[in-house]
Amino acid sequence: MPMKNKIMDHESIRRAIQRMAHEILEKSGEEPLALIGIRTRGVVLAERLKKAIKDIEGMDVPMGVLDITLYRDDLTLVGAKPLVRQTQIDFDITDKRIVLVDDVFFTGRTIRAALDALTDFGRPAKIELAVLVDRGHRELPIRADFVGKNVPTAKHQNVNVLMQETDNTQDEVIIEEKNA
Amino acid sequence: MTSWKRKHLLGLDELSKEEIELILETASSFKEVSFRDIKKVPALRGKTVVTLFFEPSTRTRISFELAAKRLSADTLNIAVQASSTTKGETLLDTAKNIEAMNVDAMVVRHSLSGAPFILAQGLQCSVINAGDGCREHPTQALLDMFTLKEKLGHIEGLKVALVGDILHSRVARSNIWGLTKLGAKVTVCGPATLMPRGIESMGVKINYDLKEVLRNSDAVIALRLQKERQQDKFLPSLREYSRLFGINQAKLQEATSHLIVMHPGPTNRGVELSAEVADGKQSVILDQVTNGVAVRMAVLYLVLGAKGE
Repeated sequence: MPMKNKIMDHESIRRAIQRMAHEILEKSGEEPLALIGIRTRGVVLAERLKKAIKDIEGMDVPMGVLDITLYRDDLTLVGAKPLVRQTQIDFDITDKRIVLVDDVFFTGRTIRAALDALTDFGRPAKIELAVLVDRGHRELPIRADFVGKNVPTAKHQNVNVLMQETDNTQDEVIIEEKNA
Repeated sequence: MTSWKRKHLLGLDELSKEEIELILETASSFKEVSFRDIKKVPALRGKTVVTLFFEPSTRTRISFELAAKRLSADTLNIAVQASSTTKGETLLDTAKNIEAMNVDAMVVRHSLSGAPFILAQGLQCSVINAGDGCREHPTQALLDMFTLKEKLGHIEGLKVALVGDILHSRVARSNIWGLTKLGAKVTVCGPATLMPRGIESMGVKINYDLKEVLRNSDAVIALRLQKERQQDKFLPSLREYSRLFGINQAKLQEATSHLIVMHPGPTNRGVELSAEVADGKQSVILDQVTNGVAVRMAVLYLVLGAKGE
């Protein structure tokens, strides 16, 4: 039996998002803010951040969806090509302050791919990173600006974020041992 | 979702419904890339794609070349007139020599039905059929289906008519395979001399009355009259063909207002379609061309990913 350990529930996820929304607003500067969620669960989190920001400040920030599959650095290594889904950024990112949103921050390779993808869309004034869970084990010199929860993990463990919108269950974050 | 396992794309006859849907779905993700300022993603960086065309083509070859380039692959175009086959080299030898320079995919058009199969059996690299004789032109049918889905929302239950030279049309055959697998109702219409015997066994209806066909269709795909394959007298005259099977505004009046008109190109204006219709608001011919790049990007991406299986 694999060990399962719930580290965040619906309520703590809600609070973390609320706090991150405040932090993002607190760091606001001159540049207009926009959120970009990385598929799949980064999109759900970006939507919730967008709503939280609207509730706090009453402002509507533009939000985009990024699929990083085509920018992965292991595309030639994996067997069958992973499914490519749509990228949807309906606004110009140039000169904006972009907050990239993802669920789990691990090796940093996803974020590297996302940064490459974003530079193909324009030249933002700055790019920041918001993640729900930072589990460590970076393989690239990338760090997060806004973190929901720092969780020490072992490399052989899996961190799963489940969200109501995508997984049809209660929001929760679970750590489990990888199946042998 | 099924995963893609094929190293080659030779025809739609061998694909399952799920595989066709996977290509169409992947293509819809790729379409956005062509609308960016920077129309390029690094997915096939370092791969080499060769187009090897033994028949003239502008649209298909350019479309494949752009698709490969927008995925960051390197491309090389070989047209037969300039190659050594004119010096007597066989098809497979030519292809093997090109492959020996370490190419990853070969996009082939040949006047012989089945030529891509010979290459697929003899080569290590991926082979993509860009039209073989009168047999198949799978990427054209895929882009037709993509356009149908985009414009009309779905394919299942759709009434689609193929009009013209069915006998010589690889576009018709690929579309029949693909559309019937996806649940469309296909009718073929054209001169009896250009109607292959036994075509009903592919699951289509034959109707020789164009007006009636137009009245009962959601989409019509006009096929190019292949003058280069008409050495034998199939038709009394082009004028008669155009009068009976050419689509003009007057005949279109009979059709439902949501009917869309498609053509794989190049169009013989005034023969299959009148200029009015080709440029009219029911025509989606240029959308087909735009979608062709997205569909070919999807095919290259999937086929090159399946390597080593």
